[in-house]
Amino acid sequence: MLQPQARGIPVPTPSAMSAPYWEASRRGELVYLRCDDCGTIALRPARVCGSCLGRSLSWVTSAGRGRLYSWTVVWRPQHPSFVVPYAPAIVELDEGWWMMSAVVGCDPEDLHADMALTVEFHAASDEIVLPYFAPLVDAESV
Amino acid sequence: MHPFHDVAIVGVHNTAQARRLESHDNESINLEGALGAIADAGVPLSEIDAVIGEFAQELVLALRLGPCIRLPWRLGIPLVLEAADLIASGRANVVLVAAGGAALYRERSAVAPWTRPSHELVVGYGLFTAAEFALMARRHMLMHGTTPEQLATVAATIRNNGHVNPEAVYHGRGPFTPADILDSRMVADPFHLLDCAMTSEGGCGLVLARADRARDLPHDPVWVLGGTSESYGPAYQVAPVWDMRGGRSDVPAGYVGRTAAQHSFRTAGLGPADVDVAELYDPFSFEIIRQLEAFGFCSDGEGGPFVEEGHIGPEGRLPVTTDGGTMAFSHPGINAQQLQRVIRAVQQMRGECATGQVEGAEVALCSNGGSGALFTDVLLVGRERP
Repeated sequence: MLQPQARGIPVPTPSAMSAPYWEASRRGELVYLRCDDCGTIALRPARVCGSCLGRSLSWVTSAGRGRLYSWTVVWRPQHPSFVVPYAPAIVELDEGWWMMSAVVGCDPEDLHADMALTVEFHAASDEIVLPYFAPLVDAESV
Repeated sequence: MHPFHDVAIVGVHNTAQARRLESHDNESINLEGALGAIADAGVPLSEIDAVIGEFAQELVLALRLGPCIRLPWRLGIPLVLEAADLIASGRANVVLVAAGGAALYRERSAVAPWTRPSHELVVGYGLFTAAEFALMARRHMLMHGTTPEQLATVAATIRNNGHVNPEAVYHGRGPFTPADILDSRMVADPFHLLDCAMTSEGGCGLVLARADRARDLPHDPVWVLGGTSESYGPAYQVAPVWDMRGGRSDVPAGYVGRTAAQHSFRTAGLGPADVDVAELYDPFSFEIIRQLEAFGFCSDGEGGPFVEEGHIGPEGRLPVTTDGGTMAFSHPGINAQQLQRVIRAVQQMRGECATGQVEGAEVALCSNGGSGALFTDVLLVGRERP
């Protein structure tokens, strides 16, 4: 079973730009940055919208649901602090944006394209809570 | 007039390449790469008026080249293109390019330091280069049915080119079949250990000169026919999404390099069918399949069948990465292995490769980078002056 990593892995150092993202994660919320003017979603914290050059961008709460866009299963860890196997993944969120995360809560061989996923949060240190994604178990599939 | 009508590559050199070069550090192996290229070119030090490479300033001092243009950059093909531009614009007559790595990676409980991204959006998920590139490869497999056996065919082909090459770090390690690749331990699915580049140490250098100066040098000049580079953003900071697009084009990030290749072919007045040998950058087996499609050697989704049919082997329609590349020849860290694609292409054009020489080759395409890093550089070189 793919598990979240224990404390002790390398963790992010939030910047002034990204602080709202990590504060939301600590509250158990996934947020993304969207242009107030044209709706374009930024793939990382930004001051200016890359589509319309608008300077009014707002953090918006995501429903935290999406589909598995691509993934890998790692057996040779990046650093000895990571426990293998783990499954870095690109999730395509329902609001129409992509994020880097990792899938937990299923076996590696159960991973498949367009698998429905939902966000869950696990602490990586006293300060940092990481968003992970787990299979979405909905009424139809139970 | 072709923009590089007056630009000739007149000297190339690889130092000894090895898993470790005990007596060297980064600066010393850069110097050896530079000295070897200068000797191969046969130009006196007093004629070098520009140096490009990570240790450009140190080389200016060590070889008493001043006053001299210095561009202390760590890239691959873009350094060669800059050298060509310096000559084409009249700012320099003889340009030295050097690179190398030693003593960068000796603590092997973790993957190589330059492959570990530290950006805050990815650092917590244990990514490294193989995992980033695997995310692109997986997407291609889902879209086109590309198979692990096709990936393994690429790795076996390139590793066998290194197996027979006495100058390769992994000389004599084969021969490999695709099954051998698939039997090696899994690193980041779909990449087995033998689908991935190695790490090693070594240096290299090139010398470019104005055509009139090239005329009486020992080697026949090799000509720059075209080339450029392109990126979709910083490597290893956001998810490597195949379908990510910029505002300028409908080409997805998965085919980064397509636009650069089209530009390069236009400059050269050539097309993919004119290329006799492709010195493609091979950080991971899948990247060859992707590049064959991106550069127009086959249509989208046909890269897997193309390699399966044997077209990239030494006797194939398009021999690829003929010295063994980063999988078997050498991969000294940051950028020497990128310049080594150009060095090998020059050796192919000279007809001097001891192994893997493509007989009668007139045009070579070289590449650097890869989809997982969101950039690709392309360079075309040839025997005929453009």
